[in-house]
Amino acid sequence: MTRTPFENAIEADGLVKSYGDVRALDGIDLTVAAGTVFGLLGPNGAGKSTAVKILTTLSRPDAGAARVAGHDVLAAPVRVRHAIGVVGQKHGLDPEATGRENLVLQGEFYGITGRALKRRAAESLERFGLADAADRAAKTYSGGMQRRLDVAMGLIHRPQVLFLDEPTTGLDPEARRQMWAEIERLSRQEGMTILLTTHYLEEADRLASQLAIVDRGRIVARGTPDALKSELLGDTIQIELADADGPAARAALERVTDARDVVLDGGTLRARAHDGGATIPAVLAALESHGVRAAAVTLARPSLDDVYLRYAGRAFDRADSNGQEVAP
Amino acid sequence: MTPLRQTWQVSLRCLRVIARQPAYLGIALVQPIIWLLLFGALFKAVAQIPGFHGSYVDYLTPGVVVMLAVSSAGWTGMAFIEDINGGVMDRMLASPVWRGALNLGSVAQAVITILIQTLLIVLIALALGAHYANGVGGVLILMLVAALLGAAFASLSNGLGVLARQRETLIGAVTMVLLPLTFLSSALMQQSLVPGWIGTVARFNPVNWAVEAGRSAAMSDIDWGLVASRVGLLAALTVLCAWFATRAFGAYQRSL
Repeated sequence: MTRTPFENAIEADGLVKSYGDVRALDGIDLTVAAGTVFGLLGPNGAGKSTAVKILTTLSRPDAGAARVAGHDVLAAPVRVRHAIGVVGQKHGLDPEATGRENLVLQGEFYGITGRALKRRAAESLERFGLADAADRAAKTYSGGMQRRLDVAMGLIHRPQVLFLDEPTTGLDPEARRQMWAEIERLSRQEGMTILLTTHYLEEADRLASQLAIVDRGRIVARGTPDALKSELLGDTIQIELADADGPAARAALERVTDARDVVLDGGTLRARAHDGGATIPAVLAALESHGVRAAAVTLARPSLDDVYLRYAGRAFDRADSNGQEVAP
Repeated sequence: MTPLRQTWQVSLRCLRVIARQPAYLGIALVQPIIWLLLFGALFKAVAQIPGFHGSYVDYLTPGVVVMLAVSSAGWTGMAFIEDINGGVMDRMLASPVWRGALNLGSVAQAVITILIQTLLIVLIALALGAHYANGVGGVLILMLVAALLGAAFASLSNGLGVLARQRETLIGAVTMVLLPLTFLSSALMQQSLVPGWIGTVARFNPVNWAVEAGRSAAMSDIDWGLVASRVGLLAALTVLCAWFATRAFGAYQRSL
């Protein structure tokens, strides 16, 4: 286990950042305990990448403060940079250079040199399954291999805190599973603190021990994945409306005693019920008596999607497609 | 030590690109060779004008060498624009690497390229009949001023590339700057034969500093005072431009 001289690997306090009129971060507070995996979950444009840019000293907040690995990001950025590994959303690798050359140059940036660097580069090529491709230009790698090289580069100086900005976006399912296994290994075996951003609910659920849900530059919910899910006692009933009159349908559904938290989201009506199966007949009866036609009715156990819906007031994929990408 | 090491490692990265595609070095030479042949033929009669001294090829060669340095260095910033678009820049800037090394490493690569290219142009001009009055020593000084001017313009190009982040901006800047700077200097025509205002502007033109010093050193009796003062000015400009390019990374980060 890595011994760390700090209790919290990341502490952020009231981070604010605007781009022109767009408030990308609107007062974000974060605390990430050393040795844990923390998931920052939200749709594109929610402010996740902006938060990562500030915490990794790439960008400066308009207001607020943050400490990473025990150092202030504004007052001691170079110390923070030595202590952290960063794997950005875009590939950070030089496509013309080989995997080995990429790793060696990255090591030099952290002051690792000579034989020690050579050995380390060879070890990480081996560990990330890139040994056979080590001396081929990185542009010839598959997407999954490039992502593994990215992570290997982020780890070459053995950082105390690792930032992974959407590490599995664009990967095929097999490559994604490999990446998950590697992240779990880093956390369990090496005790590394990892902050990962994702817009995959499944990924956050599986990897993170603590979660924060970000929407429009604010944290709207936080806790362990299980705690967040159990806050939403009961099942979700989802009704796809055949007619356009959503408000009338919502009014009808709100009269059903066992249906709570009725939300209208476009042409979809959602409600929560302690025992969904037992409530559906009453729901259908209420809709029918108000002349509302349903195209489909589904019942679901609570998922992080519901957590997101409850706190952000809109469905995850819908927010995702409407969310503006504010980070330049 | 670390800053030097990192500078060298960054330039190795840039040099590898050239080493793997050496054809680029040759392609970049096509334009100066055309200048040399075209201007040489076009302005051959210039040498007949009363008041013009020596042959036109002798006169033109330092001018073409300096133009080559400016145009070759001008494209240096393209690599950083690629790096920004590809995410490489953000990864480098999230590391503790010395920012100066990022610029100087790329400048070192540009200078090495320019030295190889100028040497080739010097040899081609020799084949065309140029006469280097002061032998190898004079040619080395010509190459030195080309390298200094190229270093300054490489830094400018890097700084501009990082600030603008657009290929078009850099292409526009290089094409806009190259010809005026050349024509507002003594690269193609003797100062005594051009309008007075051009001579006045040329006094503040770095391209002219390099042309004057290079021509004096390589092609005629060396005027050591002139060479030393122009080399001094070019060295100061190189430092200033390197400072600007290094600061540009900070400006880029503030815009993130």
